[in-house]
Amino acid sequence: MQLSKTRKRAVSVIAALFAAIMLLLALPVSATADEVGTEFDDRVFGNVKLDGESLGGVEITVRGNGYEASTVTGDDGRWVIGVPERGAYEVILNEETLPPGIAVVEDGGPIKQIEFGLTGTVVTNYFIGEGERTAVGLWPQFFTRLVYGINFGLMLALASVGLSLVFGTTKLSNFAHAEMVTLGAVVALFFASLDINPFLGIILAVAVSGFAGFAQDVVIWRPLRRKGLGIVQLMIVSIGLALTMRYVFQFFIGGSTSQLPSLGGESFKLFGTLTLSTTDIASMGISIVVLIAFALWLTMTKTGKATRAISDNIDLAAASGIDVDRVIRYVWITASALAGLGGILWAYFRPGIKWDMGEKILLLIFAAVVLGGLGTAFGALIGALIVGIMVETSTLILAPDIKYVGALIVLIGVLLVKPTGLLGTKERIG
Amino acid sequence: MDWIQILSNTVESILSPVTFAFVLASLGLAMHFGFAGLLNFGIAGFMAIGAYGYAISVLRFDLPWWGGMLVSIAAAIVFAILLGAPTLRLRGDYLAIVTIAAAEIARLLFLTNTFDDFTGSASGLFGYHDSFRAANPIPEGTYGFGPFTYSETDWWVRIFALAVLAVVIWLLWALSRSPWGRVIKGIREDEDAVRALGKNVFAYKMQALIIGGVFGAMGGVVYALPSAVNPTVYVTSLTFFIWTALLLGGAATVFGPVLGSIIFWVLQAFLTNVLPALAQEGGILESLTSQQASTLRFILVGIGLMLIVIYRPQGIAGDKRELTFVK
Repeated sequence: MQLSKTRKRAVSVIAALFAAIMLLLALPVSATADEVGTEFDDRVFGNVKLDGESLGGVEITVRGNGYEASTVTGDDGRWVIGVPERGAYEVILNEETLPPGIAVVEDGGPIKQIEFGLTGTVVTNYFIGEGERTAVGLWPQFFTRLVYGINFGLMLALASVGLSLVFGTTKLSNFAHAEMVTLGAVVALFFASLDINPFLGIILAVAVSGFAGFAQDVVIWRPLRRKGLGIVQLMIVSIGLALTMRYVFQFFIGGSTSQLPSLGGESFKLFGTLTLSTTDIASMGISIVVLIAFALWLTMTKTGKATRAISDNIDLAAASGIDVDRVIRYVWITASALAGLGGILWAYFRPGIKWDMGEKILLLIFAAVVLGGLGTAFGALIGALIVGIMVETSTLILAPDIKYVGALIVLIGVLLVKPTGLLGTKERIG
Repeated sequence: MDWIQILSNTVESILSPVTFAFVLASLGLAMHFGFAGLLNFGIAGFMAIGAYGYAISVLRFDLPWWGGMLVSIAAAIVFAILLGAPTLRLRGDYLAIVTIAAAEIARLLFLTNTFDDFTGSASGLFGYHDSFRAANPIPEGTYGFGPFTYSETDWWVRIFALAVLAVVIWLLWALSRSPWGRVIKGIREDEDAVRALGKNVFAYKMQALIIGGVFGAMGGVVYALPSAVNPTVYVTSLTFFIWTALLLGGAATVFGPVLGSIIFWVLQAFLTNVLPALAQEGGILESLTSQQASTLRFILVGIGLMLIVIYRPQGIAGDKRELTFVK
């Protein structure tokens, strides 16, 4: 990377400032020196050495499975990071903390993908020598996070537009929607265990999710609508359903994290620390295509238009000859299929399927929907992108384990300041 | 199968501090939802604040045990005001989403490494018992009979929890039949009508939120008293379990939450003991692992919650004429 001298200095000043901020934030962590996460049994560890000499003060981060922890090597170059479960993780060495002119000199740079085998420990060492560093200044970092955020936001969008549609047409705040996210991933896992083509398995899993939405409407929601249950009662029923489904998943797949089979493909180093795999790129492509198709469905087709008519005014829609029950059934099928697809993509993004993976992002889905405006599908799409980007980029300032807090504060803030959201129409909600 | 042991474990859960904590928290929810109609889905947050408030002030600031509890109560009041001031004007289901998010924020802040020095992050807090145990008037030894045989420390925790419970039940009972309680119930039934009578609806709702929140925080303290503060406890599932207990017993009653929580925990204890035993020793659950068998009980909680809300929304002890679910 050729930079003019002044720019180089500016970059390094920014980088140093950033490193100082990160160090400040990481202080309570690094206070425990070279070992973190010692409460967990499973560990990732290594020894940072340059030409046989141990390097102290090098920052190492382990992230994955919704967990992230950093430590700084001790004077003996050693570091140990405990992780909550055996699974796939990303180990990142912060090259800014290496001595000047020194960098990680191996393919893949400072980021390594590791996976636990049968034992509870993984050794991760780096080849370090004189070389050109992968830039991890503020802007490259921000850019990396931005791309991850868009990726995450697109997945959230798949889940959120469905929740928003269901709310729009039935006024139900569906707490069980996150379980449809898990369902997609779990069913994909089931098909993967049958050894069929992984792509066929994914398509089948989405189909099963859609059918589950249909079944939900027929068995639970339509009878309850007929019975005339209030919105609060319906909401608590959905909580009961969420609990039931969540523990049914645990019943079948246990408490551990499972992996979908790799789809092959390779990783591309695009920019700075930004590494995207074929799967990442494909997943973003699929999300965009599906969301566009969904938007066309909503705006162009008769059913889509009927859906929006019901969201606007259900009585008027029924009076003008729209078969409300039929349209709501389509809404349930679409919403669940989209959520299921989101779950499958999410399982690839944050490697691993867990019985409570949906619950973990339930409030983020709600945040996206509320931010965009409850009941407006396009609002949910925009809201999801904002929330996704915010969650990922906020780790530049916040400790990674509170990155969801920002999104939740936005959720509360929007409800207080502009409860109709970005795209919502005025309605009395007080 | 050792039925004697199973039944003994089941009966024992009636006097378990966890049950008492549930009763306290569900009484708080009864104040919020049953009497004032506030959809608080953040009761786990109030419990977390109670538990952490107590443990942090005893451990980090060397307060005596009663000082820690006062801090818990004060913290719950502050949390209720922070939560209520902007949100009490929102419609019911919006309030639910805000409170659930607020409880989650509280939990994540207790869990994060950033405040490890105070909260112990993922490992939680422990070893704050000295002051409370030093105040134990019961001489050393083991007392009781049958399944209710405890050491002096265990009895002290239980007696203290029962005393708190008695005060809270009396308070809720007295409040619910006072003029204040009638206004609160009026707000639940028809907010606009009460406003038209010249009452400050917002102030009444805020008072209800604070009182219920303090009950919830005391639930958190009681939960933390015998053992440790573990951040994995105060998740949204805890809120949902307490709602299940509340709706089971009857939301708009004083006796209902007590009954509901006890039934909830007796059933949980029974199933915890019986299901793995059934899986191990053959019979209907023969093909299951004991892990799967114990997961079954949470599936039953979910199904139970759905059935209660659909078929008996007023709960066991409730009166159908008392509208607890305002449309």
